[in-house]
Amino acid sequence: MGLFGLHYKLERKTMSLAIGIIIAASIGGLIEIVPLFTIHQTVEDSPDMRVYTPLEIAGRNIYIREGCYACHSQMIRTLRDEVERYGPYSLAVESKYDHPMLWGSKRTGPDIARLGGKYSDEWHVKHLTNPRDVVPESVMPPYAYLTRAKARIDDLGLHLAALRKVGVPYTDEMIANASNDAYGQTTPDTPFAEGVTKRYGEATNVRAFDGQPGEPTEMDALVAYLQILGKLTDAAHKAKTAAAGE
Amino acid sequence: MIAQLTKSERQLALIILLAFTICGLAMAIAGRQDPLGVHGAIVMLAGIAGIFGVIYVYYEPEPDEGRLALYYDDPTKVAIILAMIWAVIGMFIGDWVAWQLVFPNLTFDAGWSSFGRIRPAHTSAVIFGFGGNGLIGTSLYVLQRTSRARLPDQISPWFVLLGYNLFCLLAATGYFMGVTQSKEYAEPEWYADLLLEIVWIVYFVIYMRTLARRKEPHIYVANWYYMAFILVVAILHTVNNLAMPVSFGHAKSYSAFSGVQDAMTQWWYGHNAVAFFLTSGFLGMMYYYLPVRAGRPIYSYRMSIISFWGITFMYMWVGSHHLHYTALPQWVQTLGMTFSLMLLIPSWGSAGNALLTLNGAWHKVRDDATLRFMMVAAVFYGLTTFEGSFMAIRSVNSLSHYTDWTVGHVHAGALGWVAMITFGSIYASVPWLWKRERMYSPALVEWHFWLAVAGLFTYVFAMWNSGIIQGLMWRTYNSSGTLSYSFIETVIAMKPYYVARAVGGFFFFAGAVIGLYNIVMTIRTAGQPADERAADRPVAQPTGVPALQPGE
Repeated sequence: MGLFGLHYKLERKTMSLAIGIIIAASIGGLIEIVPLFTIHQTVEDSPDMRVYTPLEIAGRNIYIREGCYACHSQMIRTLRDEVERYGPYSLAVESKYDHPMLWGSKRTGPDIARLGGKYSDEWHVKHLTNPRDVVPESVMPPYAYLTRAKARIDDLGLHLAALRKVGVPYTDEMIANASNDAYGQTTPDTPFAEGVTKRYGEATNVRAFDGQPGEPTEMDALVAYLQILGKLTDAAHKAKTAAAGE
Repeated sequence: MIAQLTKSERQLALIILLAFTICGLAMAIAGRQDPLGVHGAIVMLAGIAGIFGVIYVYYEPEPDEGRLALYYDDPTKVAIILAMIWAVIGMFIGDWVAWQLVFPNLTFDAGWSSFGRIRPAHTSAVIFGFGGNGLIGTSLYVLQRTSRARLPDQISPWFVLLGYNLFCLLAATGYFMGVTQSKEYAEPEWYADLLLEIVWIVYFVIYMRTLARRKEPHIYVANWYYMAFILVVAILHTVNNLAMPVSFGHAKSYSAFSGVQDAMTQWWYGHNAVAFFLTSGFLGMMYYYLPVRAGRPIYSYRMSIISFWGITFMYMWVGSHHLHYTALPQWVQTLGMTFSLMLLIPSWGSAGNALLTLNGAWHKVRDDATLRFMMVAAVFYGLTTFEGSFMAIRSVNSLSHYTDWTVGHVHAGALGWVAMITFGSIYASVPWLWKRERMYSPALVEWHFWLAVAGLFTYVFAMWNSGIIQGLMWRTYNSSGTLSYSFIETVIAMKPYYVARAVGGFFFFAGAVIGLYNIVMTIRTAGQPADERAADRPVAQPTGVPALQPGE
């Protein structure tokens, strides 16, 4: 047989076999991944999309550190029951600035792609401190120590600069003021707070998320992040309205 | 063991260890305000410990030339012991994390012990610690036997094995401190990724150099799979871990990709970690140990070829089946599903080839728990690949995705296939490597086997039930057209299955502990010169091992 005869020769040559393996294994990835970067429709346009504030980035990093993504997805699928349970299905543009994405793969707890604004800050703090105080049957771990830990905000400028290098449009001003803005977002009615709304928009949540004004805690940062989930752009809600109007 | 190194190899070892020490010191200083500093200290201490180890034997006499007439198995011996230690650690953490879903306060109010941090410690310890060490150890063993050539030098295998275990240690300790990229099965941060990159290149070089010295005209099937494992994991690891560190003093980095591109790259990696780490590598293991242990040649050489190239080509397309109904463009989802279905052909080709090889040796399967481990592995390889193709169908996936069904599927593969073939291969190797007649206690091998089977079935059945029940509850509507169950009601329904899963996991863990004990006792009992393995030497000699023949 021709092909088997060919293989009989190939398996005697180390380098040819190695190159054959590389070629065979490269094709799938090249065809499926490269076009995602080049085809424009892959990610929707959304001019109102805003970037995360430094405090929200700090909160997102705590979310990653604690492995929250292991039990909570941030990707509502285009299925009727999911849209009715969680809200409009997720669009690609909504995670455009997510390095890395946190779509998740398991729902031991519910999807939280549209968690922002759904519960009060107070609820979140109670729930994170001991989930069973507000949801008696919950199996989520307690995160009481987040209230005790001061958030590290002195190096947030470096974080924003690194994010800019991978494509997030942070301005020089945002990077230079990152630490102050993180402080300002938890201390309303101060000059620091004005800087946050000036740079990130009037709609930005500026308040003491954990109920204690002053130096932001890790609880502040995490709640600030949870309260912005699904709120960076209106695109998903607009797409829903447009579809309903047809 | 270190005394087996020649003078120049001892010097080279000192230079490499010094380089590690200096790198560790630099990391410790640059990252003194960051978890990176702790990891720097670990690297530095590892380097210093190694330096002391080498200096201790530095002036010992050099090994004689006779060593060159034997295979170099010291790294394999250490790899097998490390694999078993990681298995015990990883399965212990796995069972702990399972009990946390039953008793959520098993975190003891600490950060390091919460579900989200110890879950990756479990997955990394079993996949990379147990699986990876098993692969490195067996691959070096198989490579030499099937090439009838000794490894080209005595330093590079140690660099690979110990460098790899340092990577595993950085990964595991990192999770407890919260150091993670959050990419599943690619959690370790940039500096650990760089270490693995270097280790992996050296691993490949060992393979190429040994194959170049082989005394057999053909490269045996097992080596095709081990080569695919090494090469493709290198590609996947490099691309998926592209990231921008915050600074040289920070452990934290930001992925080069975002959103939908990041998701696709991650699952291209994630599913092919399953394919090339957990499948190709272990198929390499199976293609050597199963025929040798059964004393039968591989059933079909042609089926091996078709399966090998089918797996190598098609697996790389299927990652997108993790992203059905998401914001990933539909054409990519459809391609992923299509290739997932086609993949069943080469997968069953391999599973069938393994089981048909056992034809004529079923009495051995009945009597020999070691061979039975391998047989169960082949069966579960077939079952899991069927289940995987089934779950990749969009409509099935809409039910199974995000539920415990996925977790059950992964464990059917990881416990049923990967762990079973590894235990079988290790039980076969240990007496050969340490020149013992047999394992210390064949009865304990039986105990391990039945505990593993009981644990596997308990676990997988629990997760099938919980996954399908929860998936159905999420989508159940009542007569007035609204959703029947709140989310928390579906969590409450999981409780009995979470208990069952944790019990099953405990059985499996207990089996691994027995295995480690049995191996340690085998090594500690006095060795006998095993005459029948006297032919186990490099350079061509006619031997009666049928599996080594090129086929036709």
